[in-house]
Amino acid sequence: MTGRRIMTAEDIRRATIRISHEIVEKHAGTDGLALVGIQRRGVPLATRIAAAIRENEGADVPVGALDITFYRDDLSLVAQQPIVKGTDIAFDLNGRTIVLVDDVLYTGRTIRAAMDALIDYGRPQAIRLAVLVDRGHRELPIRADHVGKNVPTSREELVRVTLEEVDGEDAVEIERRPGADAGGSAA
Amino acid sequence: MSTGDRPEAAIPAPAAAPVRWPHRHLLDVDALTRPEIDLVMRTADEMHDVLARPIPKVPALRGLGVTILFYEASTRTRVSFEVAAKNLSADVVNIAAASSSVSKGESLVDTVRTVEALGADMIVMRHSVSGAPYLAAEVFGGSVLNGGDGWHAHPSQALLDLYTLRSRLPGGSLEGRKVVILGDVLHSRVARSNVWTLTAMGADLWLCGPTTLLRGFDAWAARGAAGRRFTVTSDVAAALRDADVVMALRIQKERMASGLLPSLREYAARYGLTQERLRAARPGALVMHPGPLNEGVEIAADVAVDPRSVITDQVANGVAVRMALLYLMAGARRTEAGG
Repeated sequence: MTGRRIMTAEDIRRATIRISHEIVEKHAGTDGLALVGIQRRGVPLATRIAAAIRENEGADVPVGALDITFYRDDLSLVAQQPIVKGTDIAFDLNGRTIVLVDDVLYTGRTIRAAMDALIDYGRPQAIRLAVLVDRGHRELPIRADHVGKNVPTSREELVRVTLEEVDGEDAVEIERRPGADAGGSAA
Repeated sequence: MSTGDRPEAAIPAPAAAPVRWPHRHLLDVDALTRPEIDLVMRTADEMHDVLARPIPKVPALRGLGVTILFYEASTRTRVSFEVAAKNLSADVVNIAAASSSVSKGESLVDTVRTVEALGADMIVMRHSVSGAPYLAAEVFGGSVLNGGDGWHAHPSQALLDLYTLRSRLPGGSLEGRKVVILGDVLHSRVARSNVWTLTAMGADLWLCGPTTLLRGFDAWAARGAAGRRFTVTSDVAAALRDADVVMALRIQKERMASGLLPSLREYAARYGLTQERLRAARPGALVMHPGPLNEGVEIAADVAVDPRSVITDQVANGVAVRMALLYLMAGARRTEAGG
């Protein structure tokens, strides 16, 4: 890792627990609540939040995984077709409050795609958004309901989230985007 | 590693699946490596999940024009590709050669250029002449998918056969499994494409039929197809003994005139897949057929609907596999075009 560490494992743990409290508070309970993680790092985050809710409230909140690959608005721009990682939602979305969970909120396009994907599975009562890091630079009118940490960034920076379940370590780091100094934005 | 900027840069391929799909055209399966075949299978699994949804449609190919250009009769392949393209939200145009300007003498190359000028990004093509899609690929700026050319190749069929086998064989592996292709191997593009994919996945492949319908294959087997091994025989009992999979091929009646077979009755009596013959195979052996069926000739009617038959699976899986191919090809097309 070459970046500057902005969240440690302990910070991530505390943020996850706080978000779990916020979600239950905002929903006024756990009835009809469900979490859906966006592939890939949103999924372990959603599982952790559900575990925290179980600990605090004694209630099991269903957790699903959502792959948004087929809904991206940049499929015609990316160089290589992304690998599909799979959607797994084993419960009925209809009438539930769904909390989408992702690691980083940036332009908002991923969340737009996730909402389109979700709605193809049913008609939730409400969709909310929880993210570990909000780094700003929105390109769509989307905001998060629950944020682990707000991090002011420039577009020339990358925010890297690593999680134990995927990468073997919990951390959030910030670094300069390779080749960003040339002033060109990534395609 | 998450970069948090998915909308602008490609998602870095996960470490477990570093395979890229480099093929702009899909003309045959002989060019596919085993990891690439696995990528098609994995992507087809995802498409299978999409098909299980209440609304089996995703916007992945929105705005892409897919032209289905068939110079030969077909039901399942044509409809399967059309359904696959529509499920991915592509714009589909169907051209049946008989009702197009082809009947006025337009050449293949001119038709392809016309289709391109009308906005096609991909062409799915079937032609009675082996190699015709290669000619189309030379002049077309987009992607060409071979939907079957003459005796030569039928890549999407071979891949859906493989997908069906992987989903039905215990353990999902073909490694060491005895697979028998029985019937008119000579005229079969399905058999030729299946030779490549099945041997690539490690199957113990047997080709069986009357010697007149195996011509050339023994030489190919003796030479070893790019290091792949298979057995060619006219001994139906030896072929079926302990088989894990039996794939019957259609006897192409239109070839009878050429004197390769004395009569359909004799063929059915000596090589038809009957319950009795199937007893030599392993108890749970799978029965396949690429269709259309001549019941009572290459396959008995009761075998075709036997619980061991996966013929309807083949048709259903065809849509998922073709969705996977269209999706992967769309990415390769952009890669070559430089984004």
